[in-house]
Amino acid sequence: MNIVMALEMAADCHPDRIAVTSGTKSLTYGDLLRAARTAGAVVRDSGCRYLGLLDINSPAAPVAIFAAAYAGVPYVPMNYRLTRPELEALLARIEPAFLVAAPAYVEALTMPAGNRVVSAEDFLALAQGNTAPATEAPGDPSTVAVQLFTSGTTGTPKAAVLRHENLMSYILGTVDFAGADDADAALVAVPPYHIAGISAVLSSTYACRRMVQLPNFDGATWLTLCRDEGVTNAFVVPTMLSRVMEHLDAIGESGALPAMKAIAYGGGKMPPQVIEKAMAIWPAVDFTNAYGLTETSSTICLLGPEDHRDAFTSADPEVRRRLHSVGKPIGTVEIEIRDAGGKALSAGELGDVFVRGGQVSGEYLGVGSLLDADGWFPTRDRGFVDRYGFLYLDGRADDVIVRGGENISPGEIEDVLREHPAVSDVAVVAMADEQWGEAVAAVVVPREGANVAAADLQDWVRQRLRSSRVPAAIRFRNELPYNEMGKVLRRVLKEDFRDEAQPA
Amino acid sequence: MKTLKAGTRLKSAACDTEVMVIRTRPEPVLLCCGGMEMIAMDGQKAAAEPDAAFAQGALVGKRYVDEQDTTELLCTKGGKGSLSLDGALLVVKQAKALPSSD
Repeated sequence: MNIVMALEMAADCHPDRIAVTSGTKSLTYGDLLRAARTAGAVVRDSGCRYLGLLDINSPAAPVAIFAAAYAGVPYVPMNYRLTRPELEALLARIEPAFLVAAPAYVEALTMPAGNRVVSAEDFLALAQGNTAPATEAPGDPSTVAVQLFTSGTTGTPKAAVLRHENLMSYILGTVDFAGADDADAALVAVPPYHIAGISAVLSSTYACRRMVQLPNFDGATWLTLCRDEGVTNAFVVPTMLSRVMEHLDAIGESGALPAMKAIAYGGGKMPPQVIEKAMAIWPAVDFTNAYGLTETSSTICLLGPEDHRDAFTSADPEVRRRLHSVGKPIGTVEIEIRDAGGKALSAGELGDVFVRGGQVSGEYLGVGSLLDADGWFPTRDRGFVDRYGFLYLDGRADDVIVRGGENISPGEIEDVLREHPAVSDVAVVAMADEQWGEAVAAVVVPREGANVAAADLQDWVRQRLRSSRVPAAIRFRNELPYNEMGKVLRRVLKEDFRDEAQPA
Repeated sequence: MKTLKAGTRLKSAACDTEVMVIRTRPEPVLLCCGGMEMIAMDGQKAAAEPDAAFAQGALVGKRYVDEQDTTELLCTKGGKGSLSLDGALLVVKQAKALPSSD
């Protein structure tokens, strides 16, 4: 069981179908297989122990994923937005690496001597050169296919390890082989170092679907590319969909996407206003919410198109709220909600989300496996499953505010504040408090032109939630800090309240 | 008779068919394609055509299971022979299609 099996099957059945389009360049599945086998031989013969990528998306990324497998080394795509010291530390951890990198990203770096650096163009030239191709991928199903560094918000980045058996378990469990039509095209807008960037390549390949790469996202380009390339499927993170909506509002166009069949989203919490607006603009499009983690080889739960339509058209609040749910576990994984003592909870009870299944790696290099004796992985997400089996997430366990022994989730306070007419965006975090240990603090982005006092917002929360939920301090900002995947950087906001002495 | 293992790949001795074992039972089984026992990927093919009773073909990308649902194979390359386990033909497993999530 090796990821190259997906490519070999695709190239065998649809050798002439386009695998990837990037600007004016494209590779067929036959080309992609040949390139991966040739580059795999080059990397293998180099003696390097990793194949790294430090660049925006390009055809070099799918070639490198499979080339690493033919070379028998882990593929390690890295975040090109990291600072110089952060990158130097990661590059030292994968020495000796065969590194595909844009010159602009490595010029200023001190490169470990054992790393061999080539540009994406040179890598593709090598892949299409005269080296005798590797014909078989070495190793066994437990060989490491991909190593992804976590964002490291709480310390040194951890290296999450995904084995061939994890990734193939996900692909075989979720994708129909050659299920794509000739005209199908999936727009890949997520960066190559994100798990969604990896699963996009593997899923598209096994479905024999054409990938269209968008290396630098903005709302206008996304729409243009969807139209010009006849894109039928797209995956977006919530901020991307927000930006597309903002762009449509700003220029007042209809947003018509005649070829689009399905849009999937994930990677963070989707604001209900955004998804409802998107469903109204594109009523014929199938929307799917995908919940997954790096450590679970991508998607573990899905809220499918039917669920979206049921919720969108229902008057029943319990059905309607499914637009806030991440859906039900896919057939090959199980979900369990547990309390702090490890006891399984029943429907409706909030606790820690655990997951089990063949695609769950739950393992970090140098740390080992975080799976318990029965194979369950703690996602560190909080949530509950309702009586219909839908999973609702309630933030990260690390974000829970512990006020005088009471656990408070930022999510419910954020949801209430977001309904206030003067609030455009909001994040709730913990701040230190002498009396309670921790107290609730909120950072609010007011709507343009709106003027609102902290006291009004505190009253607004007091009227709707228990008094312990009322923010003790509120700060205003012009915008919230997000990472490029649309996650609020709560640690930055917490800093704001570090020296908070006065109540708001 | 062979003891199969999840992840193992085998090929037909009588046609182009190739399979990967998804799951199986611990006891040894007789896995055939075209009526002949399937062989290792580097094994030598027989100079024979599939047995007419086992020649409905195997389709690439399809999952094949036995009646007791103890063994599941993925056909990684199609061929003229039919897959069988201990003499009984395997059937295509109808998987519920999931919406594309990436």
